[in-house]
Amino acid sequence: MTAVSMTVNGKSVSADVEPRTLLVEYLRENQRLTGTHVGCDTSQCGACVVHVDGVAVKSCTVLAVQAEGASVVTIEGLAKDGKLHPVQEAFREHHGLQCGFCTPGMIMTAVDMIRRHPEGLDEATIRAELEGNICRCTGYHNIVRAIEAASAAMGAKEAAA
Amino acid sequence: MYQFAYHRPGSLAEAEKLFSAAEDPKFMSGGQTLIPTLKQRLASPSDIIDLGGLKDLAGISVADGVVTIGAATRHADVASSAEVRKAIPALADLAGWIGDPLVRHRGTIGGSIANADPSADYPAAVVALNATVHTTRRTIAADDFFTGMFETALHTGEIVTKIAFPVAAQAAYEKFRNPASRYAMVGVFVARTAGGVRVAVTGAAPSVFRQEAMEAALGKSFTPDAVAGIKVSPDGLNADLHASAEYRAHLVTVMAKRAVARANG
Amino acid sequence: MTATGIGASPRRKEDFRFITGKGNYTDDINRAGQTFACFVRSPHAHATIGRIDAAAALAMPGVVAVLTGQDMADDGIGGLICGWMVHSKDGSPMKAGPHPALAQGKVRYCGDCVAVVIAESYAQAKDAAEAVAVDYHPLAAVVDAKAALGPDAPLVHDEIAHNMVFDWELGNYKETVDAFTAAAKVVSLDIVNNRLIPNAMEPRAAIGDYDSGTGIHTLYTTSQNPHVARLVLSAFIGIAPEHKLRVIAPDVGGGFGSKIFIYAEETVCVWAARRVGRPVKWTGERSESFLSDAHGRDHHTHAALALDAGGRITGLRVKTIANLGAYLSTFASSVPTYLYATLLSGQYDIPAIYAEVQGVYTHTAPVDAYRGAGRPEATFVVERIVEEAARQLGEDPAEFRRRNFIRSFPHQTPVIMAYDIGDYEASLDKAMQLIDYDGFPGRRRASEAAGKRRGIGLSTYIEACGIAPSAAVGSLGAGVGLWESAEVRVNPTGSVEVLTGSHSHGQGHETTFAQLVSERLGVPLENVEIVHGDTDKVQFGMGTYGSRSGAVGMSAIAKALDKVEAKAKKIAAHLMEAAPGDIEFKDGRFTVAGTDKSLTFPEVSLAAYVGHKFPTSEIEPGLKESAFYDPLNFTFPAGCHICEVEIDPDTGVVRIERFVAVDDFGVIINPMIVEGQVHGGIAQGIGQALLEHGIYSEDGQLLTGSFMDYTMPRAGDLPSFQLGLTTTRCPSNPLGMKGCGEAGAIAAPPAVINAITDALQIRDFAMPATPERVWRAANAVALAAE
Repeated sequence: MTAVSMTVNGKSVSADVEPRTLLVEYLRENQRLTGTHVGCDTSQCGACVVHVDGVAVKSCTVLAVQAEGASVVTIEGLAKDGKLHPVQEAFREHHGLQCGFCTPGMIMTAVDMIRRHPEGLDEATIRAELEGNICRCTGYHNIVRAIEAASAAMGAKEAAA
Repeated sequence: MYQFAYHRPGSLAEAEKLFSAAEDPKFMSGGQTLIPTLKQRLASPSDIIDLGGLKDLAGISVADGVVTIGAATRHADVASSAEVRKAIPALADLAGWIGDPLVRHRGTIGGSIANADPSADYPAAVVALNATVHTTRRTIAADDFFTGMFETALHTGEIVTKIAFPVAAQAAYEKFRNPASRYAMVGVFVARTAGGVRVAVTGAAPSVFRQEAMEAALGKSFTPDAVAGIKVSPDGLNADLHASAEYRAHLVTVMAKRAVARANG
Repeated sequence: MTATGIGASPRRKEDFRFITGKGNYTDDINRAGQTFACFVRSPHAHATIGRIDAAAALAMPGVVAVLTGQDMADDGIGGLICGWMVHSKDGSPMKAGPHPALAQGKVRYCGDCVAVVIAESYAQAKDAAEAVAVDYHPLAAVVDAKAALGPDAPLVHDEIAHNMVFDWELGNYKETVDAFTAAAKVVSLDIVNNRLIPNAMEPRAAIGDYDSGTGIHTLYTTSQNPHVARLVLSAFIGIAPEHKLRVIAPDVGGGFGSKIFIYAEETVCVWAARRVGRPVKWTGERSESFLSDAHGRDHHTHAALALDAGGRITGLRVKTIANLGAYLSTFASSVPTYLYATLLSGQYDIPAIYAEVQGVYTHTAPVDAYRGAGRPEATFVVERIVEEAARQLGEDPAEFRRRNFIRSFPHQTPVIMAYDIGDYEASLDKAMQLIDYDGFPGRRRASEAAGKRRGIGLSTYIEACGIAPSAAVGSLGAGVGLWESAEVRVNPTGSVEVLTGSHSHGQGHETTFAQLVSERLGVPLENVEIVHGDTDKVQFGMGTYGSRSGAVGMSAIAKALDKVEAKAKKIAAHLMEAAPGDIEFKDGRFTVAGTDKSLTFPEVSLAAYVGHKFPTSEIEPGLKESAFYDPLNFTFPAGCHICEVEIDPDTGVVRIERFVAVDDFGVIINPMIVEGQVHGGIAQGIGQALLEHGIYSEDGQLLTGSFMDYTMPRAGDLPSFQLGLTTTRCPSNPLGMKGCGEAGAIAAPPAVINAITDALQIRDFAMPATPERVWRAANAVALAAE
């Protein structure tokens, strides 16, 4: 067992884990944060996306011990003070989810995508940026609409600020 | 995943020492290939030596016509580097097309080339740009570095520290993705370098290779038409569910043509 | 229309928990003291099993038990069943081999469960599973259904000759033969419908739990129909009496058919929990989903169309070989028979149809319903051969279809179905307009000028949904009736709970069902709670598949609401001292006709629970009603999808440039949700046409066993879709609904392939149209010359 300490959704946490424990397993099993999902075993589907030190990664392809000292944000940590993040709002408003299983990863990817594209996002860019997230329900149509809308809303907010 | 011991050395010297003391160790950089391999139980190293703690290994500098990228530099950082984009835009493009945005936030250039996956993108840039690979022990020329499928000139315990890419007069990368895995099914990097035109092909064969006939033709005329008529032999190329050797051979020509067109803007 | 009633698009009530990470899927649930299961799976497609030596595994850290098929047999646990009996032409019943949950003596496909290791952690169970030594004696395998019928083919079940499960027929044989004899022209095609692997994003999972104090077993599982699972597990497999077995299907991350069936792993978990005295949890890895979820499609078909001199279809003859895999999954026999051949008339007036289907065992994963289930296969046959006929006649495919459309309703086809209503020309016209059909030649020229090839393809599809009248399906072999149940509980404060036998795994029932209640009772949407997925809460239900939850499930709710309204009116009448016949109920208010006397719905609800306010000798206290609804007929959604592709002949890459879908789903509750269903269906249909293919090697290894090799549609593979609607109200259920869940998966594949064959000017092209195959077709002449 190896001791690991990190910050998860703003809270300091530590535990002893087997080195082979994946970050997603640590979050789901040790931290009981089950919003982060596992949809494949080949690091492709993106249901497990979380933010580590501010960037989106696949938590099924990071060992928990690699996150030593890191700041991790999961879907549970996205809403602030009871207020949904604009990307969460946009997914609901634009029906960007059906079964909900890929949704946490999609939203965490979308938040990161919008951060990296302050200039705004067009459909082609969004579709290319979704390379690492698979959805089986929506045909992506409304996910694209939701991210477009969130990007526009967040850009507008920044411009106003 | 099988059990293993985990180490996070604070220096290269410590990393090498840990490596030599372990029974069947593996270095890990970004882990974006190694961790999936471990998950599939296709490897069972006794020890994982995580190079992620070696912050000095990451970084980008451009000086004297050479772009030097630290081995632990993430793909996302290369893709978004204004310096790289200015000096060798094709290299930034390539880094921005590896895997997906999430993989690019973890995967590193050193890990990619040390792993030498036949369908990885970076080997094409290293070879076509005639880069020099710096290690803990020596420097290795691009043409000597990749020796086979998942095989390199690196000795046991030797660690890539940085890669130096001479700035090319013109360069471009074109990639045809495997529709399922999204790895390069065929990737062609063309570069007009100080030593002449170099064309490197990844994804198509067990290891990255140079396409000499195209290099010669492009040396005379750096135009898409110069390579359009060059038929690549399917002998020795990869064949799988997604592409026969014959199709891959064809795609090498198509991707080369498109890369030259892109390089010419 | 109110903002939340029928026809409005309120945002989904269920979304808050999903977008905040608070969904509750099976793997999110943990039971105190739980253990973890890992299955030992056969690496061989076909082998006899000698000794299973678990000694080494049992000695490993954390291992609680290693259980085998013998242990299940010793406990009297039976095998898995197929719930639909099909008879062959000669009247003999289908031949089904045994299907033990853990193999007994033999394995029949790669991934067949041989043993289960139960340990303190999943990692320990997996470590130990590798240490279970199984003495396999590999045998020859057959994976192709046509080959499996061959005289020398290895037998999947020794007692079933030629691997033939059934040799079934449907239609009017003599009239069909006569039609072909008299035909002015006959068009034929050989058609392959590629094997698909469903890949709902949530892998299957189960937790078995046993309370030794009460003797009650609980199974938490990823099921589309928990009540059917309970019935099968108790009555047929023998896990426990029905009243001692509770099945809970919490949030389920997509199904597409694959979570209808009662599988080995779930069965083993609920059995093993009692055996080891602790909860047993199993969550499938994606690789296991590929190996062991029931696959879809996999047909070989020869079809021929007879035409008269005027270009009218006079007959259709179809011969299909359907791969059923190594065992008959829960509804496997119905899919290539009654869900397939009954739709072979398409939207066309075809007087004579004759279909023969041979269901065949192979050494592959079981094949069962996958989104559309039989109807995509039928539509692909019909829409491909109709397209081919139009092209051979040198006619615009739209006009050929138009000439042959059914125009009067009801319409009895020669293959059982009686279409109740439709307007096929309306959807064709609207789709052609939306895609700018007339502008296509110009777009094609522009593509050609750029070195590309462009094609357009139509698909005027029909499906039978809302499965279905119990009497009808019973006469066709179903082991169960296919009604639905509902219970409407009005609380004293006027809030409402609806218990439904339907199950939502992405369809948004918590919203659409609440919309119906909100509209009918005039209560706000947020005061309606939809309860589903727990056999302890809902009395019985048939579950969600075949686009049935609207037409059947909501009809049951509507029926229960009628009863609630009737009783509430009686109570209101008493309270307002009026005759029940004088009470009007509108927008949540009971009014005495012609007066200003009125009561709100909550006022009446409260009174219903305050017994002294009315004579309980005449009116029982409380306000709770239930209903079972058995539909009058299938419903028949139909429409027209048109696809326009551009092909890069240098690489073979096909880009979907435009995709238009115009559908007639009857009355729509929530257009936003319906559009979402159509988007998802189209994506799966395009996936089948361009990307997806489950491939086995000749010796039965699954070559497409992960997302590394099985191409899932990604955002970059798809365009945005243009949707339209036409509406004919369904006369067969009280709400006028038809169902929308499968249309895209049914209509899209032929639209895409018709577009590709149009672009390349070739006769046929098998799915999936992968880049290399398209490149070869686009360059066939040049490649042949080499």
